[in-house]
Amino acid sequence: MNKKDMHQHTFRKLCDDISADIDAELCDEVKEHLKECPDCRVYVDTLRETVYLYRGEAKMKEEEEMPADVSDRLFKVLKLDDIREERKGEEA
Amino acid sequence: MNELSIEEEKALVSDAKDGDKRALARLVEAYQEPIYHTALKMTKNQEDAEDVLQETFMTMVEKLHQFRGDARLYTWLYRIAVNNVYKRTRTTQKHEAMDIDDPDVQHIHGENLSAWPETEKLLGEREWIRDVLADALNELPEKYRTIFVLRDIQGLSIKETQEILNISESNVKVRLMRARHYLRDKLSASLEEGVHYE
Repeated sequence: MNKKDMHQHTFRKLCDDISADIDAELCDEVKEHLKECPDCRVYVDTLRETVYLYRGEAKMKEEEEMPADVSDRLFKVLKLDDIREERKGEEA
Repeated sequence: MNELSIEEEKALVSDAKDGDKRALARLVEAYQEPIYHTALKMTKNQEDAEDVLQETFMTMVEKLHQFRGDARLYTWLYRIAVNNVYKRTRTTQKHEAMDIDDPDVQHIHGENLSAWPETEKLLGEREWIRDVLADALNELPEKYRTIFVLRDIQGLSIKETQEILNISESNVKVRLMRARHYLRDKLSASLEEGVHYE
């Protein structure tokens, strides 16, 4: 297999390995190739980092929570605002 | 996600079907945030996200009796939310149906790739990285964006994602992979241009 075909082949295997789970363990064949190919190694690292960045950013956003007025309007539209107030009163 | 256990969810769904408004309120409390955050990522607009949130839970209240409980309630809610987003975007964004290609290996090896700064360091540049990530995600065509948001951001499983979107497992994987490569390339270009890292 020439170098170009080897990249193509490894790339397909890599995609199979992490197609379901970005943290998946890579197969031995891919690991071996990554040791010898700095471009592929950087590409895999940055592919994973892409997902980690989005997850990290989403987590920071969730920590800010949904705006309270959005939630208030939702409960009002659903006619559940009185129930929610009751529950809050009980919890207090 | 303020996640309920399977048992808690089943009990609440059963009580809510019997007309218990407290159980219904508890279900809304548990799932409003993930549905809102997903809608926001997909619609890119707070007003639209709020509309999708309200429509989704109004449908839940109206049709809960039809929910059979074969899967988790949140997968049913995500499906309703995604359909509501699609209804909106289909009327406003025709280009969203566009396809993207598989990554080109030759292109990768001609790119002079360089490593990125560490994730924590990038996330420390909060405003800047938030804009970069949002811009790249917004450029991703809708059918890829939906998969990426559900699987890689919201953390749903491949099976749940496939059930929500009613597509095959292999289709989920292919679209997910294309989305990741597309976003990687966009972020890479932004990082190279970025004045924050020298």
